[in-house]
Amino acid sequence: MSWRKGGSTSLSSKPLATIISAGLSKFGRREGVYGRELFAEAVKEAYDRCPNLDPRRDIKALFVGHMGESYEHQGHTGPTLADWAGLLPVQATRVENACASSGVALRWATLAISSGAYDAVMVGGVEKMTHRTTPEVTEYLAMAADYPFEQWHGITFPGLYALMATAHMHHYGTTEEQMARVAVKNHHNGALNPKAHMQKEVTLEKAMTSRVIAWPLKLYDCSLITDGASCLILAKPEIAGKFTDTPVHVIGAGQASDAIGLYERESCTTLKAAQLAGRDAYKMAKAKPQDIDIAETHDCFTIAEIIAYEDLGFCSPGDGGRMIEEGTTEIGGSIPVNTSGGLKAKGHPVGATGVGQAYEMYLQLTEQAGRRQVEGATVGLTHNVGGSGATATVHIFRRA
Amino acid sequence: MMTETPPFTIEQFYKFVSEKKLMAAECVECGTMHLPPRPLCNGCFSSHMKWVELKSGGKLLTYTVIHIAPKRFESLAPYPVGIVELEDGLKLPGIIRDIEHEKISVGMRLEVGFETVESSGWPVWPRYFFKAP
Ligand SMILES: [Zn+2]
Repeated sequence: MSWRKGGSTSLSSKPLATIISAGLSKFGRREGVYGRELFAEAVKEAYDRCPNLDPRRDIKALFVGHMGESYEHQGHTGPTLADWAGLLPVQATRVENACASSGVALRWATLAISSGAYDAVMVGGVEKMTHRTTPEVTEYLAMAADYPFEQWHGITFPGLYALMATAHMHHYGTTEEQMARVAVKNHHNGALNPKAHMQKEVTLEKAMTSRVIAWPLKLYDCSLITDGASCLILAKPEIAGKFTDTPVHVIGAGQASDAIGLYERESCTTLKAAQLAGRDAYKMAKAKPQDIDIAETHDCFTIAEIIAYEDLGFCSPGDGGRMIEEGTTEIGGSIPVNTSGGLKAKGHPVGATGVGQAYEMYLQLTEQAGRRQVEGATVGLTHNVGGSGATATVHIFRRA
Repeated sequence: MMTETPPFTIEQFYKFVSEKKLMAAECVECGTMHLPPRPLCNGCFSSHMKWVELKSGGKLLTYTVIHIAPKRFESLAPYPVGIVELEDGLKLPGIIRDIEHEKISVGMRLEVGFETVESSGWPVWPRYFFKAP
């Protein structure tokens, strides 16, 4: 499969907003720490990176992604996190779109800047999950699916992606081995990321022989239950230079919705909402799939990364399995995907994930990604999916 | 005397299931079939619906076997679930019963069956399921 590079450095689109700083808590099993305290850890990094910022003076609004109040018996997360970021009395809004909560928060924060309403805002996300038992987490995550027809009939969240995997295998000949290769790649990348939950390689054999969760998906096809928080500070492009010498522009921000139930959708082998979000983001950025140097895609399950390649136009429908096999998306390949380790190895604290992906893009596009740095990466894309695909957001970023 | 039309709700869908009937709502204005039923047509925005009984046969579009189950289903695991396309083109997910897992395949014919047991607590809905014709 040949991946033709476009002239990405010449993308002429006008920035919608500009990332002037970013922070991420350590992802993992964070015992004895409360969600808001994880958020403070991410915020501290973002403040430290940006000494010219006076947070209480400059930040005019906070948007936070948070999916589940069941985990910590805590809703009303907007003002709580505003307080723990030291930003009171800033206006604070919680966004809930399942696993796409902070991807959606990022999009609305971007639009809030580009509308002219604010000069600078903070956007972030948080989820504290690991203190709950696996059956509890399974139940809370299933709330992102259709209750009366999916949950009620014993269909779990991995079960929904397993239904997509079976359909993809049937229609396109995608194999369990190709799916396992996504896990091998992302664990390899996670081992290069000091903030990842799992920093350890996995062999193809181990991935393929791990216990079945929802056939054909096995343990190593599933992302991790993780604690974590993420944070970005966005400013108007015209004033970003006051705060930083290494700004990253947001040049595309797409979002779309689909039916809550997988069974109600046109297809089980593609996420239409992700295709539409991608189409809008490419259009805003005046970019094509060939212009993308690096991407973070929503690999909540390995099949989801394969479908993402297809939905985002990195390859043709049905070719995702071959794309992972050929190494195109490894670090060193022509379009590295999930250099952070992805949801698979970096971890998936659901509310923090969308902004966490943008944090990786910020590091990569400012040459701060250490051992996993993709040399010369100029244009990056993030793809964040809610539930089994009822929400999707796609963002495109450009090095300034 | 005319009897009142039952409301076009999910609750009513499951009431029909308890009578061993699979019912969808058809929009009288534009003909769109709704499963689950809904009170507002997402095709033409009409609220003028009628109930239509569906044939119980269909074909399996995709399936999985759930090994790690929610508490309520733990005693059943591993159990297969699938999405079935009914003869009218409407799709429904559910548990596949009484077929060896190895014999399940995409495209096979299945038929809807009805459970009689009811659950306790909210919601009190009987389940339909899929079985060999
Ligand atoms: Zn209608």
